[in-house]
Amino acid sequence: MSEVAIRIDGLKKQYRLGTISAGTLRGDIQSWWARKRGKEDPNSIIGEKQRIVGEKLWALNGVTFEVKKGEAVGIIGMNGAGKSTLLKILSRVTSPTEGEVEIHGRVSSMLEVGTGFHPELTGRENIYLNGAILGMSRKEVDSKMADIIEFSECGDFIDTPVKRYSSGMYVKLAFSVAAHLDADIMIMDEVLAVGDMKFQQKCLGKMGDSAEKDGKTVLYVSHNMNTIRQLCTRCIVLNQGQVIFDGDTEKAIEMYVGAFDVSENTVTLDDMERREEFKGNKVTMSKLEMLDGKNGHYTVGDKMELILTTYSEHDIDKYFTRAIIKHVNGDGVTMMKTAGDHSYKVGDNKRKMNIDISMLAPGSYTLSFVQFEVNDYGTDGYLDGLHNVYTFVVEPSMDFNAKMEWKSKYWGYVVGKDIVEEDVM
Amino acid sequence: MDNNNVILIKPRTKLFDINLKEVFEYRDLIYLFVKRNYSTRYKQTILGPAWLVINPLFTVVLYSFLFGVVANLQTDGVPQVLFYLVGNAIWSLFANSLNSTSVTFAENAGVFGKVYFPRLVAPISTIITCILDSCIQIAMIAIALLFNYLYYGISYPTHYIWLFPIVMLQTTLMGMGIGLMVSSLTTKYRDLKVLIGFGVQLWMYATPVVYSLSQVPEQFLGVYMYNPMAPVLLIWRYAWLGAGSLPFAYWGYSWLFTLLMLVLGVVLFNKTEKNFMDTL
Repeated sequence: MSEVAIRIDGLKKQYRLGTISAGTLRGDIQSWWARKRGKEDPNSIIGEKQRIVGEKLWALNGVTFEVKKGEAVGIIGMNGAGKSTLLKILSRVTSPTEGEVEIHGRVSSMLEVGTGFHPELTGRENIYLNGAILGMSRKEVDSKMADIIEFSECGDFIDTPVKRYSSGMYVKLAFSVAAHLDADIMIMDEVLAVGDMKFQQKCLGKMGDSAEKDGKTVLYVSHNMNTIRQLCTRCIVLNQGQVIFDGDTEKAIEMYVGAFDVSENTVTLDDMERREEFKGNKVTMSKLEMLDGKNGHYTVGDKMELILTTYSEHDIDKYFTRAIIKHVNGDGVTMMKTAGDHSYKVGDNKRKMNIDISMLAPGSYTLSFVQFEVNDYGTDGYLDGLHNVYTFVVEPSMDFNAKMEWKSKYWGYVVGKDIVEEDVM
Repeated sequence: MDNNNVILIKPRTKLFDINLKEVFEYRDLIYLFVKRNYSTRYKQTILGPAWLVINPLFTVVLYSFLFGVVANLQTDGVPQVLFYLVGNAIWSLFANSLNSTSVTFAENAGVFGKVYFPRLVAPISTIITCILDSCIQIAMIAIALLFNYLYYGISYPTHYIWLFPIVMLQTTLMGMGIGLMVSSLTTKYRDLKVLIGFGVQLWMYATPVVYSLSQVPEQFLGVYMYNPMAPVLLIWRYAWLGAGSLPFAYWGYSWLFTLLMLVLGVVLFNKTEKNFMDTL
């Protein structure tokens, strides 16, 4: 089994930053006319973003590697390292700017499960449709129908429209279709972040089997090091569009976790890419300034002091800010929120916050912020949110844990208080 | 290694990079898309597929009243209901083909961004849906003609009737070509969507759908016939009803226009498709 499954050669992908087009014909003609006369483009966005208008970003900058048949390869790297771009090119959703990819065999790519599911159709009809979108013929789906239904654990509801499914069932069904695709190469992007634990394990097992027993090739991207560890035999670390490591999984993870630089004391937030659910937000977090002077290096027991600037378009009576702390390997650690006793006025709102991180064990963590409002009935609506905006390190203090190393693998990320013990007569 | 199984991904620069063989390989997907269009369209409706009949029926009744009774427009001596039924059938095929393909990118953005399949599969399946829809109207025309034959003993169709599938094909291709161009351009220029909405409506009045060609003043005919849909309508109507004329020379021009639109549409669609996800 040493045949090549995927050969990637000098792959590059360029994105133009800033506005690509004004979006209307009139706007484009205006811009073109202005450029012609050597004047400033009336449609460019003024302010800080101007420095990147027309600038080019190489999301992938000369990626070269080979994957052999039957290998399960993990791809890790920080946000913006080019993982998703790579998967998109391999899935042929977008095309590269330079370079070449050669894929031997049928590809099934799961950038998302349940693509093309129609809520009005029944589970069974959706299996056919989704299977066809993924490249299966009706005959193939027919022959696997029983397996798919069994694997999905949705047998009783298979002739019910999927709009009546719970989100868990929906995902299970969607994954089952993808998992039964008779492809030689499976490309996956963190699709397992959903579904219950038991089902996740089942999926990982199924994928592992595909690689080991059926000789299928798996390419897997995740922020969760544990699933990478479980599934992959080889790992590629991407950084700024380039391969910086290719080899043993454990070493790769070590390198990835170690590669986390702590963030600068001031982080500009307004031009950061928001996730889908935070787009079109009512407020925009614009700046994060750390006041504690620690430069991202904390000692166990320290607290964090910062100023979060938020630009609001409306007056907002009551908002909450949620700070989420995650370990750099992707595991969530804890969440803290504000009391909700402040309000926003139109314009920039500066808030000084004290975040108690004294319980964190030594390690590297990231901080995420989500702002939301809650109505009287307890329903919440997002105002804005940004994940992993600030990376910091917690170091052990002099006599922490009696000078022993903290083993997160067994003990987790939270340091409990010392046990109180007394002599009892 | 089986060479047929190698996929090469390269920067796409060629203008005619269209793999029709691959589209054919995805015929199951086309079939399922068409099936989906039908099985989802009438979910949670009272009358369901009956709308396919009601819609043209109401249109024809309205036209007969509005343009026939009120405006008293000429129908070349053909009963108004028949005249409008026939005209409306081909025009609605054209309008539907154009309108439904012009939203290809907008409607499929989610799927296009996540999975690869030959993108032409999407407009082709919408087009097939349009053709199937208009088959209902053809059936209605056939019933109306049969009724006229049995009841009044008048047989309208000419021996040019065999042209009808060709005219339908041309109409669909023209609609699809223009629709694909619009769909590609709307990814960049959103305001085109507005134009297309009333543009198709206006186009209908520039085409002999609700009136006969004899109503058009002679001095305008030279310009009028350059509307590529005008000869299509005339030939279609003559084939079914034997009324009007057979402008074959203009039909040739109309075919050229159709093929030009189709090629331009497909090329533009293909060019847009390759980097569409980056501009969204």
